[in-house]
Amino acid sequence: MDENQLFEDLLQPGATWSHTMKRGTSLRITDIHGNANVGAIFYNRDNPAERYNMPDTLKAQHIAKLTRGNVLYSDMGRILCSITDDGVGWHDPLSGSSNAQGVREKYGEARYQEYRNDWHQSAYESFLIELAKHGLGARDMAAPINFFSKVVVGDTGAMRFVSGNSRPGSFVELRAEMNVLVILNTCQHPLDPNPTYEPRPVRLSIRKTPPVTSDDECRLSRPENDRGFTLTERYFL
Amino acid sequence: MSMVATAYDAIVPAGEPWIHEIVKGQYFRIVDLEGNQAADTLFYNAHDYEDRYSAQNTIREQANIYLTTGTRLMSSKGNALLTIVADTCGRHDTLGGACATESNMVRYAIEKRHMHACRQSFLKAILGWGRGLEKRDIDHNINFFMNVPVTSEGRLTFEDGVSAPGKYVEMRAEMDVLAVISNCPQLNNPCNAYNPTPVRVLIWDPVD
Repeated sequence: MDENQLFEDLLQPGATWSHTMKRGTSLRITDIHGNANVGAIFYNRDNPAERYNMPDTLKAQHIAKLTRGNVLYSDMGRILCSITDDGVGWHDPLSGSSNAQGVREKYGEARYQEYRNDWHQSAYESFLIELAKHGLGARDMAAPINFFSKVVVGDTGAMRFVSGNSRPGSFVELRAEMNVLVILNTCQHPLDPNPTYEPRPVRLSIRKTPPVTSDDECRLSRPENDRGFTLTERYFL
Repeated sequence: MSMVATAYDAIVPAGEPWIHEIVKGQYFRIVDLEGNQAADTLFYNAHDYEDRYSAQNTIREQANIYLTTGTRLMSSKGNALLTIVADTCGRHDTLGGACATESNMVRYAIEKRHMHACRQSFLKAILGWGRGLEKRDIDHNINFFMNVPVTSEGRLTFEDGVSAPGKYVEMRAEMDVLAVISNCPQLNNPCNAYNPTPVRVLIWDPVD
Protein backbone atom coordinates (compact mmCIF):
# COMPACT_ATOMS: atom_id res chain seq x y z
CA MET A 1 0.00 0.00 0.00
CA ASP A 2 1.03 3.57 -0.74
CA GLU A 3 2.63 5.02 2.41
CA ASN A 4 0.74 8.30 1.89
CA GLN A 5 -2.63 6.58 1.84
CA LEU A 6 -4.61 7.17 5.04
CA PHE A 7 -7.76 5.20 4.31
CA GLU A 8 -10.17 4.04 1.63
CA ASP A 9 -13.93 3.91 1.71
CA LEU A 10 -16.75 2.84 -0.57
CA LEU A 11 -19.68 5.19 -1.10
CA GLN A 12 -22.67 3.01 -2.00
CA PRO A 13 -25.31 3.96 -4.61
CA GLY A 14 -27.70 6.60 -3.25
CA ALA A 15 -25.64 6.98 -0.08
CA THR A 16 -24.29 10.01 1.77
CA TRP A 17 -20.91 10.48 3.45
CA SER A 18 -19.15 13.25 5.33
CA HIS A 19 -15.61 13.80 6.47
CA THR A 20 -13.34 16.59 7.63
CA MET A 21 -10.54 16.76 5.09
CA LYS A 22 -7.50 18.12 6.89
CA ARG A 23 -5.37 20.75 5.17
CA GLY A 24 -2.59 18.76 3.52
CA THR A 25 -4.67 15.74 2.60
CA SER A 26 -6.43 14.83 -0.60
CA LEU A 27 -9.56 12.95 -1.58
CA ARG A 28 -9.64 10.88 -4.74
CA ILE A 29 -13.10 9.86 -5.94
CA THR A 30 -13.17 7.00 -8.45
CA ASP A 31 -16.20 6.17 -10.58
CA ILE A 32 -16.12 2.38 -10.39
CA HIS A 33 -18.64 1.43 -13.08
CA GLY A 34 -18.93 4.69 -15.07
CA ASN A 35 -21.78 7.23 -15.23
CA ALA A 36 -21.65 7.98 -11.51
CA ASN A 37 -22.80 11.30 -10.10
CA VAL A 38 -21.38 12.64 -6.86
CA GLY A 39 -23.07 15.68 -5.36
CA ALA A 40 -20.67 17.56 -3.08
CA ILE A 41 -20.96 20.50 -0.65
CA PHE A 42 -18.01 22.08 1.18
CA TYR A 43 -17.57 24.13 4.39
CA ASN A 44 -14.72 25.55 6.44
CA ARG A 45 -14.87 23.06 9.31
CA ASP A 46 -13.52 25.67 11.76
CA ASN A 47 -16.23 28.23 10.81
CA PRO A 48 -19.03 26.70 8.71
CA ALA A 49 -20.50 30.15 7.97
CA GLU A 50 -17.71 30.12 5.39
CA ARG A 51 -18.72 27.72 2.63
CA TYR A 52 -18.28 26.86 -1.04
CA ASN A 53 -19.57 29.65 -3.24
CA MET A 54 -20.58 28.75 -6.78
CA PRO A 55 -20.59 32.25 -8.33
CA ASP A 56 -17.27 33.23 -6.72
CA THR A 57 -15.75 30.00 -8.06
CA LEU A 58 -17.12 30.50 -11.56
CA LYS A 59 -16.40 34.20 -12.02
CA ALA A 60 -12.90 34.16 -10.51
CA GLN A 61 -11.88 31.55 -13.07
CA HIS A 62 -14.30 32.43 -15.90
CA ILE A 63 -15.63 28.89 -15.97
CA ALA A 64 -18.96 27.08 -16.03
CA LYS A 65 -17.35 23.64 -15.62
CA LEU A 66 -14.74 22.25 -13.26
CA THR A 67 -11.60 20.28 -14.09
CA ARG A 68 -7.90 19.93 -13.22
CA GLY A 69 -6.25 23.25 -12.41
CA ASN A 70 -9.46 24.80 -11.05
CA VAL A 71 -10.05 25.56 -7.39
CA LEU A 72 -13.18 25.72 -5.24
CA TYR A 73 -13.61 29.14 -3.61
CA SER A 74 -15.34 29.88 -0.36
CA ASP A 75 -17.42 33.04 0.01
CA MET A 76 -14.49 34.55 1.96
CA GLY A 77 -11.99 34.71 -0.90
CA ARG A 78 -10.19 31.56 0.20
CA ILE A 79 -9.68 28.19 -1.44
CA LEU A 80 -11.38 25.19 0.13
CA CYS A 81 -10.04 22.59 -2.30
CA SER A 82 -7.99 22.42 -5.49
CA ILE A 83 -8.67 19.97 -8.29
CA THR A 84 -5.19 18.51 -8.67
CA ASP A 85 -6.03 15.65 -11.01
CA ASP A 86 -8.96 14.72 -13.18
CA GLY A 87 -9.54 11.88 -15.61
CA VAL A 88 -12.98 13.12 -16.64
CA GLY A 89 -12.51 16.69 -17.90
CA TRP A 90 -15.89 18.18 -17.00
CA HIS A 91 -17.73 18.33 -13.69
CA ASP A 92 -21.00 20.24 -13.36
CA PRO A 93 -21.20 23.20 -10.94
CA LEU A 94 -24.58 24.51 -12.14
CA SER A 95 -27.46 22.11 -11.70
CA GLY A 96 -27.96 21.53 -7.97
CA SER A 97 -29.57 18.59 -6.21
CA SER A 98 -32.36 16.17 -6.88
CA ASN A 99 -35.22 16.55 -4.40
CA ALA A 100 -37.82 14.14 -3.03
CA GLN A 101 -40.64 15.31 -5.27
CA GLY A 102 -38.51 15.13 -8.41
CA VAL A 103 -37.24 11.66 -7.56
CA ARG A 104 -40.79 10.42 -6.90
CA GLU A 105 -42.08 11.86 -10.18
CA LYS A 106 -39.18 10.52 -12.21
CA TYR A 107 -38.59 7.07 -10.75
CA GLY A 108 -41.74 6.32 -8.77
CA GLU A 109 -42.17 5.61 -5.09
CA ALA A 110 -39.87 3.04 -3.48
CA ARG A 111 -40.16 3.00 0.30
CA TYR A 112 -37.72 1.49 2.73
CA GLN A 113 -40.49 -0.91 3.88
CA GLU A 114 -40.42 -2.76 0.57
CA TYR A 115 -37.01 -1.92 -0.87
CA ARG A 116 -34.76 -1.82 2.21
CA ASN A 117 -31.52 -0.01 1.36
CA ASP A 118 -32.38 0.12 -2.34
CA TRP A 119 -35.17 2.62 -1.56
CA HIS A 120 -35.27 5.81 -3.60
CA GLN A 121 -33.40 8.69 -2.03
CA SER A 122 -32.81 12.27 -3.13
CA ALA A 123 -29.73 14.44 -2.75
CA TYR A 124 -31.34 17.50 -1.12
CA GLU A 125 -33.01 15.56 1.69
CA SER A 126 -29.89 13.43 2.20
CA PHE A 127 -27.68 16.52 2.43
CA LEU A 128 -30.03 18.01 5.05
CA ILE A 129 -29.77 14.91 7.23
CA GLU A 130 -25.99 14.84 7.00
CA LEU A 131 -25.74 18.61 7.64
CA ALA A 132 -27.79 18.16 10.82
CA LYS A 133 -25.14 15.77 12.18
CA HIS A 134 -22.72 18.71 12.06
CA GLY A 135 -25.11 21.19 13.64
CA LEU A 136 -26.04 22.71 10.28
CA GLY A 137 -29.39 23.01 8.52
CA ALA A 138 -31.35 24.20 5.49
CA ARG A 139 -30.05 27.76 5.95
CA ASP A 140 -26.54 26.40 5.48
CA MET A 141 -27.16 24.43 2.31
CA ALA A 142 -24.44 25.31 -0.18
CA ALA A 143 -24.80 24.99 -3.92
CA PRO A 144 -23.55 21.48 -4.71
CA ILE A 145 -21.10 20.44 -7.39
CA ASN A 146 -22.09 17.35 -9.37
CA PHE A 147 -18.83 15.52 -9.99
CA PHE A 148 -18.62 13.20 -13.04
CA SER A 149 -21.62 14.88 -14.69
CA LYS A 150 -21.62 17.21 -17.68
CA VAL A 151 -24.21 19.86 -18.49
CA VAL A 152 -23.51 22.09 -21.47
CA VAL A 153 -25.12 25.47 -22.08
CA GLY A 154 -26.17 26.42 -25.62
CA ASP A 155 -26.29 29.84 -27.25
CA THR A 156 -29.82 30.49 -26.00
CA GLY A 157 -28.87 29.48 -22.48
CA ALA A 158 -30.46 26.04 -22.71
CA MET A 159 -28.93 23.44 -20.38
CA ARG A 160 -28.33 19.94 -21.76
CA PHE A 161 -27.19 16.89 -19.80
CA VAL A 162 -24.53 14.92 -21.70
CA SER A 163 -24.84 11.20 -21.01
CA GLY A 164 -21.78 8.96 -20.80
CA ASN A 165 -19.44 11.67 -19.51
CA SER A 166 -17.56 9.41 -17.09
CA ARG A 167 -15.99 6.10 -18.02
CA PRO A 168 -15.40 3.19 -15.61
CA GLY A 169 -12.33 3.95 -13.51
CA SER A 170 -12.48 7.71 -14.04
CA PHE A 171 -11.40 9.76 -11.05
CA VAL A 172 -11.11 13.27 -9.71
CA GLU A 173 -8.72 14.36 -6.98
CA LEU A 174 -9.38 17.19 -4.53
CA ARG A 175 -6.62 18.61 -2.33
CA ALA A 176 -7.82 20.29 0.88
CA GLU A 177 -6.37 23.79 1.27
CA MET A 178 -8.25 24.35 4.55
CA ASN A 179 -9.82 21.98 7.08
CA VAL A 180 -12.85 21.22 4.99
CA LEU A 181 -16.11 19.55 5.94
CA VAL A 182 -17.13 17.75 2.77
CA ILE A 183 -20.47 16.01 2.30
CA LEU A 184 -20.86 13.65 -0.65
CA ASN A 185 -23.92 11.94 -2.07
CA THR A 186 -24.24 9.49 -4.96
CA CYS A 187 -27.83 10.18 -6.03
CA GLN A 188 -28.32 10.60 -9.76
CA HIS A 189 -27.96 13.98 -11.42
CA PRO A 190 -31.28 15.85 -11.44
CA LEU A 191 -31.09 16.40 -15.23
CA ASP A 192 -30.04 12.82 -16.07
CA PRO A 193 -32.73 11.65 -18.53
CA ASN A 194 -32.24 8.00 -17.56
CA PRO A 195 -35.75 7.00 -16.35
CA THR A 196 -34.41 4.18 -14.16
CA TYR A 197 -33.31 4.73 -10.58
CA GLU A 198 -29.77 3.38 -10.73
CA PRO A 199 -27.28 5.48 -8.77
CA ARG A 200 -23.67 4.28 -8.95
CA PRO A 201 -21.08 3.62 -6.25
CA VAL A 202 -17.73 5.40 -6.04
CA ARG A 203 -14.49 4.57 -4.26
CA LEU A 204 -12.95 7.16 -1.95
CA SER A 205 -9.26 7.37 -1.15
CA ILE A 206 -7.80 9.79 1.42
CA ARG A 207 -4.07 10.50 1.20
CA LYS A 208 -1.48 12.80 2.71
CA THR A 209 -0.21 15.38 0.20
CA PRO A 210 2.98 17.46 0.15
CA PRO A 211 2.69 21.23 0.87
CA VAL A 212 1.62 23.45 -2.03
CA THR A 213 4.67 24.75 -3.89
CA SER A 214 5.12 28.13 -5.53
CA ASP A 215 4.90 26.47 -8.95
CA ASP A 216 1.70 24.57 -8.17
CA GLU A 217 -0.45 24.04 -11.27
CA CYS A 218 -3.69 25.24 -9.62
CA ARG A 219 -1.95 28.26 -8.14
CA LEU A 220 -0.38 29.32 -11.43
CA SER A 221 -3.40 28.58 -13.59
CA ARG A 222 -4.42 32.26 -13.32
CA PRO A 223 -3.52 35.33 -11.21
CA GLU A 224 -6.83 35.15 -9.34
CA ASN A 225 -5.88 31.72 -8.00
CA ASP A 226 -2.44 32.93 -6.92
CA ARG A 227 -4.20 35.60 -4.82
CA GLY A 228 -6.66 32.97 -3.56
CA PHE A 229 -3.77 30.80 -2.34
CA THR A 230 -2.12 33.83 -0.70
CA LEU A 231 -5.31 34.69 1.17
CA THR A 232 -5.72 31.06 2.24
CA GLU A 233 -2.13 30.90 3.52
CA ARG A 234 -2.68 34.08 5.55
CA TYR A 235 -5.61 32.38 7.27
CA PHE A 236 -3.19 29.86 8.76
CA LEU A 237 -0.51 32.36 9.84
CA MET B 1 -50.76 47.70 -14.86
CA SER B 2 -50.52 51.42 -15.56
CA MET B 3 -54.12 52.05 -14.46
CA VAL B 4 -53.48 50.71 -10.97
CA ALA B 5 -52.21 52.86 -8.13
CA THR B 6 -48.75 51.93 -6.94
CA ALA B 7 -48.54 50.63 -3.41
CA TYR B 8 -44.87 51.52 -3.24
CA ASP B 9 -42.46 53.54 -5.37
CA ALA B 10 -38.87 54.31 -4.43
CA ILE B 11 -35.46 55.09 -5.87
CA VAL B 12 -32.52 52.97 -4.67
CA PRO B 13 -29.22 54.83 -5.22
CA ALA B 14 -26.14 52.85 -6.24
CA GLY B 15 -24.40 51.24 -3.28
CA GLU B 16 -27.55 51.22 -1.13
CA PRO B 17 -29.40 48.21 0.27
CA TRP B 18 -33.20 47.88 0.05
CA ILE B 19 -35.45 45.40 1.83
CA HIS B 20 -39.24 45.11 1.60
CA GLU B 21 -42.05 42.57 1.77
CA ILE B 22 -44.19 41.83 -1.27
CA VAL B 23 -47.60 40.25 -0.73
CA LYS B 24 -48.78 37.26 -2.77
CA GLY B 25 -50.39 38.52 -5.98
CA GLN B 26 -48.64 41.89 -5.95
CA TYR B 27 -46.50 42.96 -8.89
CA PHE B 28 -42.90 44.05 -8.38
CA ARG B 29 -41.03 46.06 -10.98
CA ILE B 30 -37.37 47.06 -11.02
CA VAL B 31 -36.42 49.81 -13.49
CA ASP B 32 -32.84 50.25 -14.74
CA LEU B 33 -33.02 54.05 -14.83
CA GLU B 34 -29.73 54.83 -16.57
CA GLY B 35 -28.84 51.44 -18.12
CA ASN B 36 -26.57 48.47 -17.41
CA GLN B 37 -26.88 48.74 -13.66
CA ALA B 38 -26.83 45.46 -11.71
CA ALA B 39 -29.65 45.04 -9.20
CA ASP B 40 -28.39 42.15 -7.05
CA THR B 41 -31.53 40.58 -5.60
CA LEU B 42 -32.45 37.91 -3.04
CA PHE B 43 -35.92 36.60 -2.18
CA TYR B 44 -37.19 34.70 0.86
CA ASN B 45 -40.49 33.03 1.64
CA ALA B 46 -41.81 35.68 4.05
CA HIS B 47 -43.12 32.99 6.41
CA ASP B 48 -40.09 30.67 6.30
CA TYR B 49 -36.74 32.31 5.71
CA GLU B 50 -35.13 28.86 5.35
CA ASP B 51 -37.02 28.69 2.07
CA ARG B 52 -35.17 31.16 -0.12
CA TYR B 53 -34.34 31.90 -3.74
CA SER B 54 -32.20 29.18 -5.29
CA ALA B 55 -30.24 30.04 -8.42
CA GLN B 56 -29.56 26.36 -9.16
CA ASN B 57 -33.18 25.26 -8.72
CA THR B 58 -34.42 28.15 -10.86
CA ILE B 59 -32.17 27.45 -13.85
CA ARG B 60 -32.53 23.67 -13.59
CA GLU B 61 -36.33 23.71 -13.45
CA GLN B 62 -36.51 25.71 -16.70
CA ALA B 63 -33.35 24.05 -18.13
CA ASN B 64 -31.99 27.46 -19.07
CA ILE B 65 -29.45 29.71 -17.34
CA TYR B 66 -31.07 33.02 -18.36
CA LEU B 67 -33.98 34.58 -16.51
CA THR B 68 -36.68 36.34 -18.52
CA THR B 69 -40.46 36.52 -19.01
CA GLY B 70 -42.00 33.23 -17.91
CA THR B 71 -39.20 32.26 -15.55
CA ARG B 72 -40.45 31.00 -12.22
CA LEU B 73 -38.04 32.05 -9.47
CA MET B 74 -37.72 28.86 -7.44
CA SER B 75 -36.88 28.42 -3.79
CA SER B 76 -34.49 26.04 -2.07
CA LYS B 77 -37.47 23.90 -1.03
CA GLY B 78 -38.84 23.75 -4.58
CA ASN B 79 -41.55 26.42 -4.35
CA ALA B 80 -42.22 29.22 -6.84
CA LEU B 81 -41.49 32.55 -5.13
CA LEU B 82 -42.32 34.87 -8.02
CA THR B 83 -42.83 34.64 -11.78
CA ILE B 84 -41.30 37.10 -14.24
CA VAL B 85 -44.28 38.48 -16.18
CA ALA B 86 -42.65 41.27 -18.19
CA ASP B 87 -39.09 41.98 -19.24
CA THR B 88 -38.00 44.72 -21.62
CA CYS B 89 -34.32 43.85 -21.07
CA GLY B 90 -34.57 40.25 -22.30
CA ARG B 91 -32.03 38.44 -20.20
CA HIS B 92 -30.91 38.45 -16.57
CA ASP B 93 -28.06 36.60 -14.86
CA THR B 94 -28.10 34.35 -11.83
CA LEU B 95 -24.66 32.68 -12.10
CA GLY B 96 -22.43 35.70 -11.47
CA GLY B 97 -23.41 36.15 -7.84
CA ALA B 98 -22.82 39.27 -5.79
CA CYS B 99 -19.55 41.09 -5.41
CA ALA B 100 -17.90 40.93 -1.99
CA THR B 101 -14.89 42.60 -0.46
CA GLU B 102 -13.28 39.14 -0.27
CA SER B 103 -14.04 38.09 -3.85
CA ASN B 104 -12.86 41.49 -5.07
CA MET B 105 -9.46 40.73 -3.50
CA VAL B 106 -9.31 37.52 -5.53
CA ARG B 107 -10.67 38.92 -8.77
CA TYR B 108 -8.92 42.31 -8.89
CA ALA B 109 -6.26 42.91 -6.23
CA ILE B 110 -5.76 42.26 -2.53
CA GLU B 111 -5.59 46.06 -2.00
CA LYS B 112 -9.23 46.37 -3.16
CA ARG B 113 -10.59 45.07 0.13
CA HIS B 114 -11.78 48.48 1.31
CA MET B 115 -14.07 49.01 -1.68
CA HIS B 116 -17.82 48.80 -1.15
CA ALA B 117 -19.47 45.60 -2.35
CA CYS B 118 -22.90 43.99 -2.63
CA ARG B 119 -22.50 41.49 0.17
CA GLN B 120 -21.80 44.40 2.54
CA SER B 121 -25.16 45.84 1.51
CA PHE B 122 -26.90 42.46 1.81
CA LEU B 123 -25.58 42.08 5.35
CA LYS B 124 -26.59 45.63 6.26
CA ALA B 125 -30.10 45.02 4.90
CA ILE B 126 -30.77 41.71 6.67
CA LEU B 127 -29.12 42.73 9.95
CA GLY B 128 -31.29 45.84 9.96
CA TRP B 129 -34.37 43.75 9.19
CA GLY B 130 -33.49 41.44 12.09
CA ARG B 131 -35.85 38.50 12.74
CA GLY B 132 -32.84 36.19 13.01
CA LEU B 133 -31.42 36.72 9.53
CA GLU B 134 -27.63 36.51 9.37
CA LYS B 135 -24.75 35.82 6.99
CA ARG B 136 -25.60 32.18 6.38
CA ASP B 137 -28.96 33.29 4.98
CA ILE B 138 -27.27 35.04 2.05
CA ASP B 139 -27.40 32.56 -0.80
CA HIS B 140 -26.72 33.06 -4.51
CA ASN B 141 -28.65 35.98 -5.97
CA ILE B 142 -30.13 37.25 -9.21
CA ASN B 143 -28.29 39.98 -11.11
CA PHE B 144 -31.10 41.81 -12.83
CA PHE B 145 -29.92 43.60 -16.00
CA MET B 146 -26.56 41.77 -16.11
CA ASN B 147 -25.40 39.70 -19.07
CA VAL B 148 -23.17 36.75 -18.13
CA PRO B 149 -23.10 34.29 -21.05
CA VAL B 150 -21.76 30.76 -20.86
CA THR B 151 -20.17 29.15 -23.91
CA SER B 152 -20.71 25.55 -25.03
CA GLU B 153 -17.07 24.91 -24.04
CA GLY B 154 -17.92 25.80 -20.44
CA ARG B 155 -16.47 29.29 -20.29
CA LEU B 156 -18.22 32.05 -18.35
CA THR B 157 -17.87 35.58 -19.66
CA PHE B 158 -19.03 39.02 -18.58
CA GLU B 159 -20.34 40.77 -21.64
CA ASP B 160 -21.49 44.30 -22.16
CA GLY B 161 -24.94 44.78 -20.82
CA VAL B 162 -28.07 44.16 -22.87
CA SER B 163 -29.94 46.68 -20.74
CA ALA B 164 -30.50 50.37 -21.43
CA PRO B 165 -32.06 53.38 -19.70
CA GLY B 166 -35.67 52.69 -18.73
CA LYS B 167 -35.57 48.92 -19.26
CA TYR B 168 -37.46 47.04 -16.60
CA VAL B 169 -38.32 43.61 -15.28
CA GLU B 170 -41.64 42.87 -13.62
CA MET B 171 -42.59 39.94 -11.39
CA ARG B 172 -45.75 38.61 -9.79
CA ALA B 173 -45.36 37.27 -6.25
CA GLU B 174 -46.59 33.67 -6.04
CA MET B 175 -46.37 33.80 -2.24
CA ASP B 176 -45.63 36.43 0.37
CA VAL B 177 -41.94 37.18 -0.12
CA LEU B 178 -39.22 39.27 1.44
CA ALA B 179 -37.13 40.99 -1.25
CA VAL B 180 -33.59 42.28 -0.68
CA ILE B 181 -31.68 44.35 -3.22
CA SER B 182 -28.11 45.53 -3.23
CA ASN B 183 -27.86 48.15 -5.93
CA CYS B 184 -24.38 47.14 -7.02
CA PRO B 185 -21.51 49.53 -6.13
CA GLN B 186 -18.87 47.70 -8.21
CA LEU B 187 -16.20 50.04 -9.61
CA ASN B 188 -13.83 47.37 -10.98
CA ASN B 189 -15.95 45.84 -13.71
CA PRO B 190 -16.64 47.31 -17.15
CA CYS B 191 -20.12 45.72 -17.25
CA ASN B 192 -21.62 48.92 -15.77
CA ALA B 193 -19.08 51.21 -17.48
CA TYR B 194 -17.50 51.71 -14.01
CA ASN B 195 -20.46 53.93 -13.20
CA PRO B 196 -23.07 52.53 -10.77
CA THR B 197 -26.44 54.28 -11.12
CA PRO B 198 -29.83 54.28 -9.33
CA VAL B 199 -32.69 51.86 -9.91
CA ARG B 200 -36.39 52.39 -9.22
CA VAL B 201 -38.54 49.81 -7.47
CA LEU B 202 -42.33 49.74 -7.69
CA ILE B 203 -44.97 47.49 -6.14
CA TRP B 204 -48.54 47.30 -7.40
CA ASP B 205 -51.61 45.62 -6.01
CA PRO B 206 -53.22 43.11 -8.39
CA VAL B 207 -56.17 44.03 -10.59
CA ASP B 208 -59.41 42.33 -9.54
